[in-house]
Amino acid sequence: MAVTEAQTTSSAPSPRPPRRQVDPRYALGRTVKYLVLFFFLVVVLIPVYVLVVTSFKGSGDATAARAWSLPTVWVLDNWGEAWTTLAPAIGRSVMLAVPASIISSILGSMNGFVLSRWRFRGADVVFTLILFGMFIPYQAVMIPLLQLVLGIGLPSGVPTLIMLHVIYGIPITTLIFRNYYESVPIELIEAGRVDGAGMLRAYWSIVLPLSIPSFVVVLIWQFTSIWNDFLFAVFFSSSQNGPVTLALNNLANGSILANYGASMAGALLASAPTMLVYILLGKYFIGGLMSGSVKG
Amino acid sequence: MLRDIRRWGPPLLLISPSLILVGIFVYGLIAINTYTSMTDMHTAAQTTGKAPVSFVGLQNYWELLASDSFQHSLKNLALYTIVFLSGALVFGFMWAWLLDRPVKYEGVFRSIYLFPMAVSFIASGVVWRWLLNSNVDDKATGLNRLFQIVGLNFLQNGWWNNVNVGITAIAIPAIWQLAGYIMALFLAGFRGIPQELREAARVDGVSEFQLYRLVVFPQLTPILLSAVIVIGHMSLKVFDLIMSISKPANYQTKVPAIDMFVFKSQYDYANSAAVGVILLVIVAVLIVPYLVHVARSGRR
Repeated sequence: MAVTEAQTTSSAPSPRPPRRQVDPRYALGRTVKYLVLFFFLVVVLIPVYVLVVTSFKGSGDATAARAWSLPTVWVLDNWGEAWTTLAPAIGRSVMLAVPASIISSILGSMNGFVLSRWRFRGADVVFTLILFGMFIPYQAVMIPLLQLVLGIGLPSGVPTLIMLHVIYGIPITTLIFRNYYESVPIELIEAGRVDGAGMLRAYWSIVLPLSIPSFVVVLIWQFTSIWNDFLFAVFFSSSQNGPVTLALNNLANGSILANYGASMAGALLASAPTMLVYILLGKYFIGGLMSGSVKG
Repeated sequence: MLRDIRRWGPPLLLISPSLILVGIFVYGLIAINTYTSMTDMHTAAQTTGKAPVSFVGLQNYWELLASDSFQHSLKNLALYTIVFLSGALVFGFMWAWLLDRPVKYEGVFRSIYLFPMAVSFIASGVVWRWLLNSNVDDKATGLNRLFQIVGLNFLQNGWWNNVNVGITAIAIPAIWQLAGYIMALFLAGFRGIPQELREAARVDGVSEFQLYRLVVFPQLTPILLSAVIVIGHMSLKVFDLIMSISKPANYQTKVPAIDMFVFKSQYDYANSAAVGVILLVIVAVLIVPYLVHVARSGRR
């Protein structure tokens, strides 16, 4: 995003007539544009309004007629209930997402370095085969994976989920690091080579320190997708030892008469970490999204 | 010999753990899964090895594809993909186009359009389940109630409870979550077109419409392709949203990924595996030509 920011300013001399020239058609167009943009802003924020408002409503307020109104009395009961139910699962999600993102980033960095610098015959084929792992529907490996995990007696829950997220994170982390290392000037590494550094040495003392920005992007990407994962969670953990997505889904779908207030407070709690990452590190978050789109 | 080890050893050392893991956990498991899908492993006793399992070839596939229930899932998947893909592309492109020319508070609009992307489908499903509540009139909550308030009563409907097109209601939250991502892609695309190119075209007396048709759109084609690939393959794997908004047992909203989960819960591993293979084939048809294209263009 930093790049686009810079380009916005550089493209400031707009091709359209300068604003001082009074052109009523242009002014009308501008107004319509802002109205449209604002309309969609409201539309996008509607679910947030509902989440926040409902999470503070007491049971008397949660009637159909008052569905869209503000609470008559703001109560914290829903938040208390959601916190009691979800806190252990939030803890498990932290224990899962933090190590899994770190390990998969390290693996991705090693692969990305090798694949960007080591031009052996068939390197493109190897890379494409790894990349395909990013797109496969996990449904196509789930049954044997389940049999394997049960067969070798891995514990259900966090440790197994860490392993799976590390393995299935290899394709995307490799891709992002490879694209990054392709842009690192080869002279830097060659210079190290001349000074007698082997490949491992060059990786450790030259490439790794250069990779910090890329690590930030990959860590954020992995943290977000692991935190938000539900598929592996539902196959390889239970509500007693699973991450927060699973616990939240059980909370929301658990009772016959779902308690919307508590569910919505829970949804906000479960989204807080990734939202925080998005707000604090937005530009790196977008960097991850962009790399995830495989632009070759 | 020693030279070879020195040359090939270090890179192999770095990359081989990953290659082995991907080899086993992606390609190895796909092979085993394909085999399982061709057996008669339909009961709990067979999954635990207490009863014999035999090879039945493609029988599971014929039965699945012939069943009304699975055809319904495939139809749902197609409908969902069409609505999700076109919705995300239309809104994403429109937002990017509106934000491309200098706009005040651009960062605010951009950040808010994009933020749903950071939220899990499970969390957004909690609020969308409420918004897409099928009750109407006196009992209406969610969007149906909102339509009453603003006087658009005729828009009230059963959302995902409709057997034929209910699945398209599930595409609405999906669009809400991903349109901002498509916007970010297109915005980067717009900004990537050199200003001089536009200027040059204008100097040549090209109209605004022609400018888009001849200069801007061709430059955006690779972005469009990435967007279609990303949304398309996400759409084919849709699972979380349906699990949190509807329920796995709901016929109206079932898709292959849900069938796979339900079969697995019934210890019908053979059919579960077969559904997985069918999904893999659909994704591969979409992705493999794209990956080959990317690999080719990368070599240049």
